[in-house]
Amino acid sequence: MDEARISRRGLSPRLWLAGGWLLIALLAAIFAPLIAPQDPLAQDLMLERLPPFWLDGAEPGYWLGTDSLGRDLLSRLIFGGRIAFIVAFAAATSACLIGSALGLIAGYFGGWADRIISRIVDVWMAFPPVLFAILLVAVLGTGLSSVIIAIAVIDWTRFCRVIRAEAMSQARMDYVESARIAGYGRIGIMLREVLPNVLPSVVALLSLEMGIAVIVEAILSFVNLSISTDDPTWGGIIAEGRLSIHQAWWVLVFPLITLILTVLSFSQFGEGLKARFDPVLR
Amino acid sequence: MFVTLFGVAIVVFVVIRVAPGDPIAMMLPPGASDDDIARLRALYGLDKSIVQQFFIWLGGMLHGDFGTSISLRQDVLGLVFNRLPATLELATVALLVAIAMGAAAAILGARSRGTAVEAGIDIASGATLSIPDFLWGLVLILLFGVLVPVFDISGRVSPQLDLPFVTQFYLAESMLRLRFDLTWDLIKHMLMPAVALALPLAAIIAQLLKQSLKEVLDLDYVVLARVKGFSETQVILREVLKNAALPTLTLVGVQFTFLIGGTVIVERLFSYEGLGNMAIDAVINRDLPLIQGIVLVFALLFVLINLAVDMMYALLNPRLRHG
Amino acid sequence: MSPCLEIRRLSAVLPDGQRVLRSISLNVQPGEVRALVGESGAGKTMIGKAVLGVLPKSVRIVEGEMLIEGEDLGRLDAKARRALIGARTALIPQDPLTALNPSRRIGPQTTDRLVRILGWSGERADKRIRQLLDEVHIRDPERVLRSYPHELSGGMRQRVLIAAAFAAEPRLIVADEPTTALDVTVQKQILRLIAELQRDHGTAILFVTHDLGVVAKISQKVSVLYAGKVVEEAETADLFAAPQHPYTRALIAATPRYTDPYASLKPVDETVLAGLTAEIAAADKAWRPSHD
Repeated sequence: MDEARISRRGLSPRLWLAGGWLLIALLAAIFAPLIAPQDPLAQDLMLERLPPFWLDGAEPGYWLGTDSLGRDLLSRLIFGGRIAFIVAFAAATSACLIGSALGLIAGYFGGWADRIISRIVDVWMAFPPVLFAILLVAVLGTGLSSVIIAIAVIDWTRFCRVIRAEAMSQARMDYVESARIAGYGRIGIMLREVLPNVLPSVVALLSLEMGIAVIVEAILSFVNLSISTDDPTWGGIIAEGRLSIHQAWWVLVFPLITLILTVLSFSQFGEGLKARFDPVLR
Repeated sequence: MFVTLFGVAIVVFVVIRVAPGDPIAMMLPPGASDDDIARLRALYGLDKSIVQQFFIWLGGMLHGDFGTSISLRQDVLGLVFNRLPATLELATVALLVAIAMGAAAAILGARSRGTAVEAGIDIASGATLSIPDFLWGLVLILLFGVLVPVFDISGRVSPQLDLPFVTQFYLAESMLRLRFDLTWDLIKHMLMPAVALALPLAAIIAQLLKQSLKEVLDLDYVVLARVKGFSETQVILREVLKNAALPTLTLVGVQFTFLIGGTVIVERLFSYEGLGNMAIDAVINRDLPLIQGIVLVFALLFVLINLAVDMMYALLNPRLRHG
Repeated sequence: MSPCLEIRRLSAVLPDGQRVLRSISLNVQPGEVRALVGESGAGKTMIGKAVLGVLPKSVRIVEGEMLIEGEDLGRLDAKARRALIGARTALIPQDPLTALNPSRRIGPQTTDRLVRILGWSGERADKRIRQLLDEVHIRDPERVLRSYPHELSGGMRQRVLIAAAFAAEPRLIVADEPTTALDVTVQKQILRLIAELQRDHGTAILFVTHDLGVVAKISQKVSVLYAGKVVEEAETADLFAAPQHPYTRALIAATPRYTDPYASLKPVDETVLAGLTAEIAAADKAWRPSHD
């Protein structure tokens, strides 16, 4: 009990820091056209590879410097955040819905439904996820919706496994039995008794999944398979930075920091929420 | 196990046949006649029905015929076997690095349980775990490729070196031939991608192993060992580690498959000439037979690893062995 | 000749400041069995663990000395203390089911101290453990030494642990309720075995138990514990013949007698306990650790 109290006290600042960064990044993405100091697509060969503001040779208005085509890095990062957040929310929510539904069905009804769904999960787990994502996007064609579909199609198993296990243990509990004796229908019991108990894990997983979606999107745009090459994406900027790493390190460093902060925040935010809402931990 | 592999084959096949891009059209110069197209389609078996194509392809694979790569115009199995050793060596080195780092952190944490050292290990492993291998790779490129350039961040081996190897297992062969100069060069190329792959797994091992170490450390036979006069480190190494390792082992097996999955992008990041790097090229070139072959080899690898973990579990647990 | 074990004014506290041992003093002379008797939670196991240096991390010793054959454990550094405890003492644990490492064979587990701490040759250690297995009436030492713990019964495992404890000829053995976890029929055999080996080897034993029947059978001296405090200390025969402290009398009255098992048993008298608790609370109020 002591330990739980200590860790909960330690969690709160984590929750605030993570939530704070996500909020700033999200607001910047939403109001990108108002905030971004430059046009993210404007190329100017006179301004190529400008360093960030504290170094010699920096130009005012180009705070984090420019890439090899003279595009403003900060503006590209802000606009890249739009795609990152759209993918994060859409893909994670879809994966969550598919996975939760299948997991509930498998865990609660058991029998052949469970056997089939578990078998499909086994097959899915035998794919290297990154390769699977690249393959799907290649097949579906590049574009925002392809990226979202690919992530949802691959990562639903994460939700399915957790919820299946939880629903299974809940289905054996006495209170589910008594609810059944009291005459409630199966679906009703499932939603009323099982869902609230799995909610904390699902929320934590959802937040974690958003971070994963951001990474997968970055990886896809890193190998030039995400959306059209003109639109700024974090992965695209990283790919550019990896090439010019010896001439302009900042083109790699700033998107990398942005990505790390965002991914860390999503996972810590999820953990924090789980600790706050989990009835057992509380 | 076979059902899983069969399922993988079906999924790969279905996914690829939905592909809107026509690989034949991409292979031919613009203005090729319909006749040429039809001939090529027949050559690659693309003119038959989907189900027929699937069973022809499956039957061929059971005979070791994985088809011909469209972009490289070579036997797929040969290409895959040519690249697989590089990936296996990278994954193995990464696994060893992960176990070494994770176990060291776990033992240190368990030894100093209840102190600031343990709290520090908890925070560090939590943060390490949240950052995926792709980002670790980039961080390592910046730190050890640019800031302090002590390791190579591109390729598998220095291109100017003369390689006397007959197999593709360069690392193993260089050690067998006692050419440690080559071993060192290979390690210098391999270490950064391996560490990038290893860090998240090391964090998981550190967390889980520390937890089970702490549980075992309070058991009676451990107390007895302390009374016998063994030091805390001796106690952990001799009495505790083996029993505490069992729960970790199962998880490491699953995580190792994730690590191998990670080689795809990490190899790309470090221009390491392995299977994953070739897979991305194959996807970009819409090289269907090559993609199929590579994905199936990865799936086979995953299934085999899980089998190996089950067997190791039985081997380490005397109760299962005799029961 | 200095006593085999001497404890002087030993006090220990939990992190919240609660005292679990209250100025314990006792000694065990060479070759003698001293029983430590008390109800669960009286701190008797804690004393054994303190002597062997395996207290839980939460329990902190705040005053007192422990001497093994005249050597003050508090004056030794951790390494020397470990070496001294390893060479001169041994533990017969409470639960033979958990006191053996499930993944190691009996052979190496029972000889590792002889070889690795005392520096014996493997051959000598092997010979020695076979001799001891014979003394604890194990007929097929070959099979037992090659077994894993789960292949042996509980009584068998306790015999193995007893053999291992006596193998290095320790001067002092701490026996921590060694029969509690066993079946009643096996309990008697094990008790007789410990008494037999103790007599043959002349080893001093600090025998921790909650069972006055066991105390009567095995010990020459006895210390009665209540709430981490020694309330009475006496020769075993005297204690049963003329218990001095009301708590001891109540404890004896609450113990079934072999000669008259149906005699009415009295639970320990509430007023006795209330008196004791008040006495201890008053002592706690006045108590200050002598150092620290």
